[in-house]
Amino acid sequence: MKRIYMIEDVCIGCHLCEVACITEHSQSKNPVKAFLHEENRPISRCTVEEWDGGIISFSTTCRHCDEPDCLRACISGAIQKNDKGVVRIDTEQCVGCWSCVMACPYGAVQRNLEKKKANKCDLCPDRTSPACVDACPNRALVYKEGSQK
Amino acid sequence: MNYVIIGNSVAAVGAIRGIRSIDQQGNITVISRERHAAYGRPLISYLLGGLITEKRMSYLPEDFYEKNRVNLLLNAEVVGVDTGSRKVTIAGGDVIAYDRLLVATGGDPFVPPIEGMAGKDRIFTFTTWDDAAKLKGIADDIEQVVVIGGGLIGLKAAEGLHLLNKKITIVELADRILSAAFDRPAGRVVAKKMKANGIDVITEDTVVKIEGDGAAITGVTLKSGDFIPCDTVIVAIGVRPAAGFLKGSGVEVNRGIVVDDRMETNVKGVFAAGDVAEARDFFSGVKNPMPIWPDAYIQGDIAGVTMAGGEKVYDGGLAMNSIELFKVSTISMGITNPVEPKEYEILTYQDLENYQYRKIVLKDGLLAGAVLVGAVDRAGIFAGLIRDRIDVTPFKDQLLAPGFGFVNLPREIRSALFAPAGKVAGADKPARAVGH
Repeated sequence: MKRIYMIEDVCIGCHLCEVACITEHSQSKNPVKAFLHEENRPISRCTVEEWDGGIISFSTTCRHCDEPDCLRACISGAIQKNDKGVVRIDTEQCVGCWSCVMACPYGAVQRNLEKKKANKCDLCPDRTSPACVDACPNRALVYKEGSQK
Repeated sequence: MNYVIIGNSVAAVGAIRGIRSIDQQGNITVISRERHAAYGRPLISYLLGGLITEKRMSYLPEDFYEKNRVNLLLNAEVVGVDTGSRKVTIAGGDVIAYDRLLVATGGDPFVPPIEGMAGKDRIFTFTTWDDAAKLKGIADDIEQVVVIGGGLIGLKAAEGLHLLNKKITIVELADRILSAAFDRPAGRVVAKKMKANGIDVITEDTVVKIEGDGAAITGVTLKSGDFIPCDTVIVAIGVRPAAGFLKGSGVEVNRGIVVDDRMETNVKGVFAAGDVAEARDFFSGVKNPMPIWPDAYIQGDIAGVTMAGGEKVYDGGLAMNSIELFKVSTISMGITNPVEPKEYEILTYQDLENYQYRKIVLKDGLLAGAVLVGAVDRAGIFAGLIRDRIDVTPFKDQLLAPGFGFVNLPREIRSALFAPAGKVAGADKPARAVGH
């Protein structure tokens, strides 16, 4: 299946992947409206990590594992892997127990404390290519066929 | 091939998926003594407290059993297993033949004899959907509850009842609540929050007598002599493997059903997984029961794959709990409270005023355990470091940082996890662990 990979050397630490992720998962899909006016603004599903003011930076996100630890830890059955291999959280079903946060070795499940729901990459079901990848100005994120590791 | 699975919770579901990943043809029969299809067992406290509806108890997509072609027998209790002729007997007399058998029956609540308990109406356990439903059904008549046992089950029952505005007292024999998963400071943080919510937590004491004439309870008397008025008692002392029906089958049962690294018992063709099983521990290699939800799934999966003729080996059970009590998030994993502290290095950070606590347990350069209270984000990174047996010495002093992440790890580790194969694997460059 296609997955998102990061290339650390060319990441410029701009956080546009996070902005794009939040925008894509907002109601308006418009960054200004999403950031300024929407209640319950989504939180980003990718995480940019930085060191020393950005000398090192990269963006991490869900691996859509073959045997997802998050799914195995989920106590409500909210996390399922679909036929295409995409691991998704059914937000209605999620009870916010954070078992997935405990289990994911990639640190790729976020806590949305406002909604008390777990949050993770869904590979942007409405798009052909994930928003974070399309937004990356230096192609530090790639979306291509590949294995989990 | 006829697969029979006794029990229908998470280990059974892991096993069904495991079998079907190898064998699309064989017959799978699941036998459960409960009347519900698989449900999120830990959600019973949410159900009791009114946080979720019955609809959300369902653990699986509606078409799961059909899609995986599972013959599901509910309300059916297995009373005996004949491992010689490979048959199980169900209460009522029905007999089902198997080629491969998986026992995934979980645990039965343990209720010790307590003086005065005979004939009392309102003594409950709290491990099933029906237990929660029963309590919810009489909730209007409940005013004061004593919960015996301050482990996970007891605290979750207390939380559910607290949401229904009941007055609750927890009586725990140990010196703190959640002694299995928590160390002293973490237990103290949660106890403090519970007390702030009006719940009485009594430690180092136990109930010796249940008081009241006839069927009604008026209170309990503790070993210390104190009397606590109540009308309902919940016994949450612990669970025991639900393996009584294996008596005489030849299957070895110790503190659980003893299994090897493929989840097979001493009897060929008979497997066990989940809370009922006694499998190898990740650290010590010693076999012990590991009543942990994700671990039950993993064991079920391995059993299923093995039963279907595939190859999969257990890496050992790793305890991990994500417990949110009274809005304090906690995640603990691995060895959190070493019996021989001298052999371990322990790092801690605490701000008890703000319900924040972090503890890292190290042994011989490897991460052995972690306790996070409050900021639990990305706790799974620690689980990965434990499972992959990563040498954490180079970045040891950064483990307690709230923003700890992959940037603190050597570059080759994160490249292996997140970079595309064959590109930027870091092999051609000196590994750089940042920050020192």
